[in-house]
Amino acid sequence: MNPTDLPAAVERDANFNFGYLDERTKRMIRRAILKAVAIPGYQVPFGSREMPLPYGWGTGGIQVTASVIGPQDVLKVIDQGADDTVNAVSIRRFFQRTTGVAVTERTVEATLIQTRHRIPETPLAEGQVIVYQVPVPEPLQRLEPRETETRRMHGLAEYGLMHVKLYEDIARYGHVATTYDYPVMVDGRYLMAPSPIPKFDNPKLHMNPALQLFGAGREKRIYAVPPWTSVESLAFEDHPFEVQRWSQPCALCGSTQSFLDEVIVDDRGGRMFVCSDTDWCRQRRPADA
Amino acid sequence: MYVAVKGGERAILNSYALLGEVRRGDPALPELSLEQIREQLRLAVDRVMCEGSVYDPELAALAIKQAAGDLVEAIFLLRAYRATLPRLGYTLPLDTAHMRLWRRVSATFKDLPGGQLLGSTYDYTQRLLDFSLAAAGEAPVAAQAAPAAAEAVPRVVDLLGDEGLIEAHVPAAGDPEPRDLTREPLTFPAERAVRLQNLARGDEGFLLAMGYSTQRGYSHSHPFAGEIRHGLAEVEIEPEELGFAISIGDLELTECQMVNQFAGSKTQPPQFTRGYGLAFGASERKAMAMSLVDRALRAGELGEAAESPAQMQEFVLSHSDSLEASGFVQHLKLPHYVDFQAELELVRRMRAGLQAAGEEEERAA
Amino acid sequence: MSAAGMHAGGALAGLTPGFSDPVGAAQAVFRLCLERLSRPGTLAEVRSDAALPAGLHVASGALLLALLDQDTRLWLSPAAAGAAAYLRFHTGCVPVDDPAEADFALAASVRELPQLERFAQGSEDYPDRSTTLIVQVESLATDAGWTLRGPGIADSVRLSAAGLGAAFALDWAANRRRFPCGVDVFLASDSRLAGLPRTTRLEDSACT
Repeated sequence: MNPTDLPAAVERDANFNFGYLDERTKRMIRRAILKAVAIPGYQVPFGSREMPLPYGWGTGGIQVTASVIGPQDVLKVIDQGADDTVNAVSIRRFFQRTTGVAVTERTVEATLIQTRHRIPETPLAEGQVIVYQVPVPEPLQRLEPRETETRRMHGLAEYGLMHVKLYEDIARYGHVATTYDYPVMVDGRYLMAPSPIPKFDNPKLHMNPALQLFGAGREKRIYAVPPWTSVESLAFEDHPFEVQRWSQPCALCGSTQSFLDEVIVDDRGGRMFVCSDTDWCRQRRPADA
Repeated sequence: MYVAVKGGERAILNSYALLGEVRRGDPALPELSLEQIREQLRLAVDRVMCEGSVYDPELAALAIKQAAGDLVEAIFLLRAYRATLPRLGYTLPLDTAHMRLWRRVSATFKDLPGGQLLGSTYDYTQRLLDFSLAAAGEAPVAAQAAPAAAEAVPRVVDLLGDEGLIEAHVPAAGDPEPRDLTREPLTFPAERAVRLQNLARGDEGFLLAMGYSTQRGYSHSHPFAGEIRHGLAEVEIEPEELGFAISIGDLELTECQMVNQFAGSKTQPPQFTRGYGLAFGASERKAMAMSLVDRALRAGELGEAAESPAQMQEFVLSHSDSLEASGFVQHLKLPHYVDFQAELELVRRMRAGLQAAGEEEERAA
Repeated sequence: MSAAGMHAGGALAGLTPGFSDPVGAAQAVFRLCLERLSRPGTLAEVRSDAALPAGLHVASGALLLALLDQDTRLWLSPAAAGAAAYLRFHTGCVPVDDPAEADFALAASVRELPQLERFAQGSEDYPDRSTTLIVQVESLATDAGWTLRGPGIADSVRLSAAGLGAAFALDWAANRRRFPCGVDVFLASDSRLAGLPRTTRLEDSACT
């Protein structure tokens, strides 16, 4: 597959509003996004709408993208780092149909990136906007399911519960046993769920030149990390934060710095490791690969 | 080979085509019309309208047809359609005391003004499969009579209210406009108007189970079905430029008023309290379950300990919506291989660590 | 717009037009606002074809036309009060007299800018429920004035706003101390726009 294999052009369908949402909904979401940017890491409640995709499948990211996107944007949509996974294809088609914007698989060409579960390996730049699909925006939810309680904790910056949980991990296993959606502190104030990206991606959140927006449709929350904002993964002095490492490079491009997917190639234990970021991998391979 | 794992555009387009084929079934059989669905599967239409929160039997029938009879999917289709509709205006509050009734039963009084009206119900049918329906062209039965003219039939709760035996429902100071759950996010604690909106759109199965749990000791409730009424209520609007109300049509509704005991407090004598249920169409199970859950959710306001799931606002209101629940449960079939890879790496590393420690111990022994 | 129009009735005939392309303009103007709030101290040139009433700068008028609707309450300082009918007609916004009730507020000039604490501050639990304030100034420049630091700024940037001096810097410092509560500010000068989210620190108040 080469870069020109993008799905056949999908025509803009003029029966739908630009970006599908009605203007009043877009304005409501835009106002929520502005407040999210002004209070980095704080979850702004918003009047999430039923979208023509199921809750849990990216409706928050879609509503944020639909409220931000303009005719001049170049859109990239990834799921698990790849542009060609079914849900990424489906969401990209949705925006082609409702906005007619240009789409790309190249991270460097995109002005707007909607993602599920990964941050591209290619460093993002000033002026780019990345929108994360978030299933569970509340980092404390698995420790305290009552929203009234977690809201108090955020109000008072009282995050002892999370520290105790991580410390219990260390006492039990010798290290923190969270591998994705690893909690972070934003600008030293708000505890934030980075969405289920592998903790491998957490360092990319920190002082990123791009604007990072997070949308949770089912839970009806929007939050943001402005460019050049401190984002620290929780850790202890004697147990510093660490990311995953692989013992072998990508079998396709030889990358040793990327997050690798494991692919089972036969039923006798054969497996290979390849980049989860398909654009990164393709850019690194010789043109004839 | 690796790329093939990720499916893509062609797979999705093929899936659309297959879905259409499976939905249609055997093309040798005549296709279902929306009229047939609307007329012959009317209880399904009612449920889809109710939980889809759009009163439109045509659209609900279309959604049921498109969803191949999967009502939760049909509700989703209707809701997604609804989300983009403009607001043209607001109706006046419905007056259910003036409903034209097809059915009206009370479990609390043997007879009462307006009488008991059995109407059409499965209640006293013997649940035996009727094989005469299996043969095509069943004989027509007596059509449902048009409901009686709009003549006030007092609600049972109002009769109790005249005696002061049941709590009064006085609007809050200034009669504030209820918040609109479809435009604003749910925040806690949620006031009753918001809770009722949530329950009205809530999944019938979920409400049924929660309501049932209150009858089995999971909350202190002693409910009586004060009244269940089913019929047509007039919908009125009052355009600003007219200054008076005009009728724009009828809604078919089922209303349930559940009457519950309340022991009273230091300041209040013992009296009965209410639980309220309202649903589009003939949706009696839904309205009754809703009224039980509504009453249970009033625990805090009535000074009762909220110890059971049905009494906990956050638990009930956050899990009642079938779109939210179905979407999130089913999102588990989306690719998660990045997160799984992260977990796999951790489990392998932990196992290797344990094994190394075990070998160390063996050597030491 | 239909709901707004219904309330406005015929008495408002003679109001000047808003955006010729409301959908496209609202998106473009919002995007500029988002960029400015994400990168405090940087300036945008706002283009707008709305025929704004007296008292509104191009940037502030466009921002209000782009972001307000029937769900927003707007406070206008006295010199901008004449724009109320126009904004209400085009957006449906609800004018309020008390700045503490405003979702959006416009100070037509620095002279008419109340103390920041008089606006809605939000609460610890809901800090987002605070006023977004637009202050119209005579000029904006990035080569002089305050040194800005905070989220959205790689190291530091400079910004000067004519007429906003030491008194504002003090008031802003108090706003900063109320974090996570506090107001967010847009500065507008003709078609120029800058953002000051509540996280930004202003240093070296040498601004004239």
